[in-house]
Amino acid sequence: MAGKTLYDKLWDDHLVAQNDDGSALIYIDRQLLHEVTSPQAFEGLKLAGRKPRRIDANLATPDHNVPTTDRTKGIEDPISRIQVQTLDDNCDEYGVTEFKMDDIRQGIVHVIGPEQGYTLPGITMVCGDSHTATHGAFGAMAFGVGTSEVEHVLATQCLRQKKMKNMLIKVDGKLGVGVTAKDIVLAVIGEIGTAGGNGHAMEFAGSAIEDLSMEGRMTICNMAIEAGARIGLVAVDDKTVEYVKGRPFAPKGEHWDMAVKAWRELKSDSDAQFDKVVELKAEDIIPQVTWGTSPEMVKPVTGTIPNPANESNAVKKEGIERALKYMDLKADMPITQIPVDKVFIGSCTNSRIEDLREAAAVAKGRKVAASVKLAMVVPGSGLVKQQAEAEGLDKIFIEAGFQWREPGCSMCLAMNADRLEPGEHCASTSNRNFEGRQGQGGRTHLVSPGMAAAAAVYGHFTDVRELELQPITGGAH
Amino acid sequence: MEAFTQHTGLAVPLDRANVDTDAIIPKQFLKSIKRSGFGPNLFDEWRYLDHGEPGMDNSKRPVNPDFVLNFPRYKGASVLLARENFGCGSSREHAPWALEDYGIKAVIAPSFADIFFNNCFKNGILPIILDHDTVDLLFKETEANEGYKLDINLEQQTITRPNGEVINFDVEPDRKHSLLNGLDDIGITLQQEAAITAYEEERKKRAPWLFNN
Ligand code: SF4
Repeated sequence: MAGKTLYDKLWDDHLVAQNDDGSALIYIDRQLLHEVTSPQAFEGLKLAGRKPRRIDANLATPDHNVPTTDRTKGIEDPISRIQVQTLDDNCDEYGVTEFKMDDIRQGIVHVIGPEQGYTLPGITMVCGDSHTATHGAFGAMAFGVGTSEVEHVLATQCLRQKKMKNMLIKVDGKLGVGVTAKDIVLAVIGEIGTAGGNGHAMEFAGSAIEDLSMEGRMTICNMAIEAGARIGLVAVDDKTVEYVKGRPFAPKGEHWDMAVKAWRELKSDSDAQFDKVVELKAEDIIPQVTWGTSPEMVKPVTGTIPNPANESNAVKKEGIERALKYMDLKADMPITQIPVDKVFIGSCTNSRIEDLREAAAVAKGRKVAASVKLAMVVPGSGLVKQQAEAEGLDKIFIEAGFQWREPGCSMCLAMNADRLEPGEHCASTSNRNFEGRQGQGGRTHLVSPGMAAAAAVYGHFTDVRELELQPITGGAH
Repeated sequence: MEAFTQHTGLAVPLDRANVDTDAIIPKQFLKSIKRSGFGPNLFDEWRYLDHGEPGMDNSKRPVNPDFVLNFPRYKGASVLLARENFGCGSSREHAPWALEDYGIKAVIAPSFADIFFNNCFKNGILPIILDHDTVDLLFKETEANEGYKLDINLEQQTITRPNGEVINFDVEPDRKHSLLNGLDDIGITLQQEAAITAYEEERKKRAPWLFNN
């Protein structure tokens, strides 16, 4: 019999019951809650007269709606304020641990989970948010769910699921200088398309993935959903264990030793069978820039915008034409000629300390171009912000002309006051370039933190590999 | 949840691939803490010419006459024809809530994004996957014939076209059962309480660090 994949192991390990109708009942170890997708779940629970099954299996924080400017005045928008207040009230009522808006530990759910050691190898984790795939970087089975399932987990600690297929993305070789995890995952999406991973759990492996830091692995798993996969995974190794060690929610004492022993098994067997395998060479990957309105509309910074005339598939051709119109770009134009009006460095994809260091290395000793209306850096959590300030990154950014903000989702989806005006082009380190994502009529280009900082400095996309970088000395966490 | 057994309804063709949940219901409407009332803002950015915000009187807003849902001939449509990867992006259940509130009972496409597909079943909407050519045929027929209605029968797993021809579709047995009977998923899971408790006890032994933080 063939060996098991990492996903197979995690699935088997959490199987409560296999039902006759083909569905399975899966145990969920932990859940993350935020203000947007939880109010209706708590309400549903109340209406049905049910109680949460395990309060200790939930951790909450507001992130989508919170202002990134001075918070002492609270939230200005009354509707946003009510939503955050509702989360606070629900958590208080049931006794769920919550990092409220004024807590230094507050931040984007997918940043604080790992940061707190709440995300652990071998667990199942859900959140009412599609980027929950992020936590798979720790060898955990983590996936986004809708509000009905948030309620389902609150009430039962389980979900009814179908097992997915296994997909392997293998990236071997060494990344060039200035090429990052973000470029790997954008290149993967460019290769397989936004539906390429539908119905699959997507494991990332190969020497280039092993070489990545935990932050880099989180960036990659975060965007598995942009390739259609609900679950992204990376096997556990020394880096994983080292990262988790000593964090507030991580196991301690004899539990730690016991846990590490179990975690060491969390990798695919060498003879495991995958339903789909895609291989990429790290050396071939060039810094990526999305030009269109879907993450699969991506090109290397050295490339040009596609010409719909060269596309034979009618649906795709129309998609390209529509995207060019929305983005106000011309076919065959070099990527480096796309002008940039705003720059956003942040989001659950790229707002961790390593991402900020990468951007700071470009910003140091340089200035944001006069043509750029706003360049902002939004750390992923209060603790990331604190760490960055201890390293002097805030000063580098501010001196260069960037704004240094409070943590949250911010302009990744523009639910708070941070947004694009119609027609503006934005170099963004987030994960979605859909129409209107960063503000109605806004035009998003997804890039790595270094590429975003370079675009801020030049006012148009620029190959970060051509810049001389200032070393940023970051300590270990 | 409302049950879905049989439905006959006007089809409306939304001819674009990769329609994401941000397009289905833009984020500013996600600030609501309710489950209902999202219908008037379904496809808000495509449907109206101005920028929509919660609390606006949508009946007074300028509608986009070029957007298919606004064509008079598709008024009252309840079967949405869509293209590849419908519902990709964010996991927001507000997307099926908006479709349902608008009056959409079924969505037919060659493929769906996984989370959206799952969320539909939780809200009494039937997402149907048909092969690309069949979807294409339905698009052509809908566009060519005003008042084109499809008759969908979940029990039989059939779609009957106006000419009487029948298309069969697949649906997973457990999802079919829940939808046909309008069952409460949580209630079903709670019937397996004993199995959950047994698993939990065993998990506590294997991974004690995951309990009582
Ligand atoms: S940063 Fe963006 S993608 Fe991540 S959780 Fe927030 S809104 Fe979602």
